[in-house]
Amino acid sequence: MIQFSDEKLNTINEIIKRYPDGKHKSALLPVLHLAQEEFGGWLDTPVMDYVATLLKIEPIEVYEVASFYSMYNLKPVGKYVFEVCQTGPCMLNGSDQIIDYIKQQLNIGIGQTTIDGLFTLKTVECLGACGYAPMMQLGKTYREHLTKDKVDAIVEECRAKAN
Amino acid sequence: MSRKLLLDKEHVPGIRGYDVYRREGGYRSVEKALKLTPAEIVEEVKRSGLRGRGGAGFPTGMKWSFLAKPEGVARYLVCNADESEPGTFKDRYLMEFIPHLLIEGMIVSSFALGSNVSYIYIRGEYAWITDIVENAIAEAKQNGWLGKNIMGTGFDCELYVQRGAGAYICGEETALIESLEGKRGNPRIKPPFPAVKGLWDCPTVVNNVETLAAVVPIINEGSEAYSKIGVGKSTGTKLISACGNINKPGIYEIDMTISVEEFIYSDEYCGGIPNGKQLKACIPGGSSVPILPANLLLTTAKGEKRLMNYESLADGGFATGSMMGSGGFIVLDEDQCVVRHTMTLARFYHHESCGQCSPCREGTGWMERILKKIENGKGEMKDIDLLWDIQRKIEGNTICPLGDAAAWPVAAAIRHFRDEFEWHVLNPDDCLKRNYGLAHYADPVYVPVTA
Repeated sequence: MIQFSDEKLNTINEIIKRYPDGKHKSALLPVLHLAQEEFGGWLDTPVMDYVATLLKIEPIEVYEVASFYSMYNLKPVGKYVFEVCQTGPCMLNGSDQIIDYIKQQLNIGIGQTTIDGLFTLKTVECLGACGYAPMMQLGKTYREHLTKDKVDAIVEECRAKAN
Repeated sequence: MSRKLLLDKEHVPGIRGYDVYRREGGYRSVEKALKLTPAEIVEEVKRSGLRGRGGAGFPTGMKWSFLAKPEGVARYLVCNADESEPGTFKDRYLMEFIPHLLIEGMIVSSFALGSNVSYIYIRGEYAWITDIVENAIAEAKQNGWLGKNIMGTGFDCELYVQRGAGAYICGEETALIESLEGKRGNPRIKPPFPAVKGLWDCPTVVNNVETLAAVVPIINEGSEAYSKIGVGKSTGTKLISACGNINKPGIYEIDMTISVEEFIYSDEYCGGIPNGKQLKACIPGGSSVPILPANLLLTTAKGEKRLMNYESLADGGFATGSMMGSGGFIVLDEDQCVVRHTMTLARFYHHESCGQCSPCREGTGWMERILKKIENGKGEMKDIDLLWDIQRKIEGNTICPLGDAAAWPVAAAIRHFRDEFEWHVLNPDDCLKRNYGLAHYADPVYVPVTA
């Protein structure tokens, strides 16, 4: 059963109060972030339908937004998602080699998830960390100045947390 | 040493928190501004010469004076913190380390514009910054700078953070407004401009983080003192985010009188190019502005030293100049391949096109495919001309400036580095093993005939 906890429902009500009466659709992006965190890291159709019901909007209004923004996952992802930036400034500082190294270490391609369901590798476009390149996003944090050693350490850190 | 107005307190321990920020003179501009009339504040900002720091450089005071004020209709101030232009990471720095400066600037600006509820739209990936800014807003509210009847003046103001979800296009102001309304970030056709019909169809001003922060020193020091810093129409200070092949990447506050050469090579700023390499090229204002070879970057076509300001960086137009843009300063050394770098930018714009206008939706992907082909040694000479043709047909033919932003980097790369593209075509095996190198790009200025 897809259902936010009472605490999350309160948070959503607080979010809706930020906007004028009748403009509750503005809460869609923040609520989709919450839904993705709460319901397994991605937005399955029943989850999006639930969000539509909560915000009293049509399901299509949720689908079109969920498919537009790159942070919403429309397919299942691993427990840890490596989102490695590949745009100009990161490329100048060796992001291509970092991506190749991650592929080799985790034995997956871009967009794939490891068999144990732990890691997904994604390439992303500029995340605004150009001076600290190469970098990746991992959950809510940025991991910057990446080297092969740092990648190894991050993989180890995730494995340790998962156990 | 440049005069600092925004980052002068950046090294004070604890400046992120309210108590230290206030002790260091924070929120003085609110005390001062709330004793003025809104019209007086708008006039001060106009006189300061402040130009929008997001990229377009439009005069802020003028933008504010366009705001419609129909009776009984709410007006909104929205802060554009959707920083996503490759090479740009300055707003992140301000919000992460001195969040109260933005909040202070927003309170003054909200008062000037008559906005009782203002929003900060932060790019979704800056998730931890959302927490920092929300924390700072709570502190400001606890201390009476936000909420009802601020300082007993009768002015009410609430400030909320809205997190985006990953879309470069939402940095375009009408796309940002759409996104804030809970929709896809599709830019709107202008007119009507947001100043007349913006958020929820109400009059709205959208300003960049750094622009709103700059309102604080303008009110504190006065517009006259502010406008005396800098040169010509480049008044005040500008944050530059420097990256690429330099010794000291990071955020620098400059007063727009220093030369590009000093900025790259002096230890106070970028500290030169690592490993004894030579400067090949630079994109001085974020990925959408034209790339320049070293010679044209350091010296204008007239033979004058190029300076780090709006006018000098644009000197020579697109034929031999570039733009200040967002201040995202990307440096390429002699080992870098301009074709590959341009390909990553084309891929970026293809990924970020909202898909509304066919020239941009189809053209960006087409440019990416051709650039990939040339980069992989499979290009033909006619592909270079085709690329030129495609970018020309995108520029100016789309609802929003993303089309131009995608076209300009490709155009400038071909304009200044055509021989490097041709070398890829003529040396299909070699180009997979090595790069074209520095060639003549650092030779004394020679102005090529534009294609």
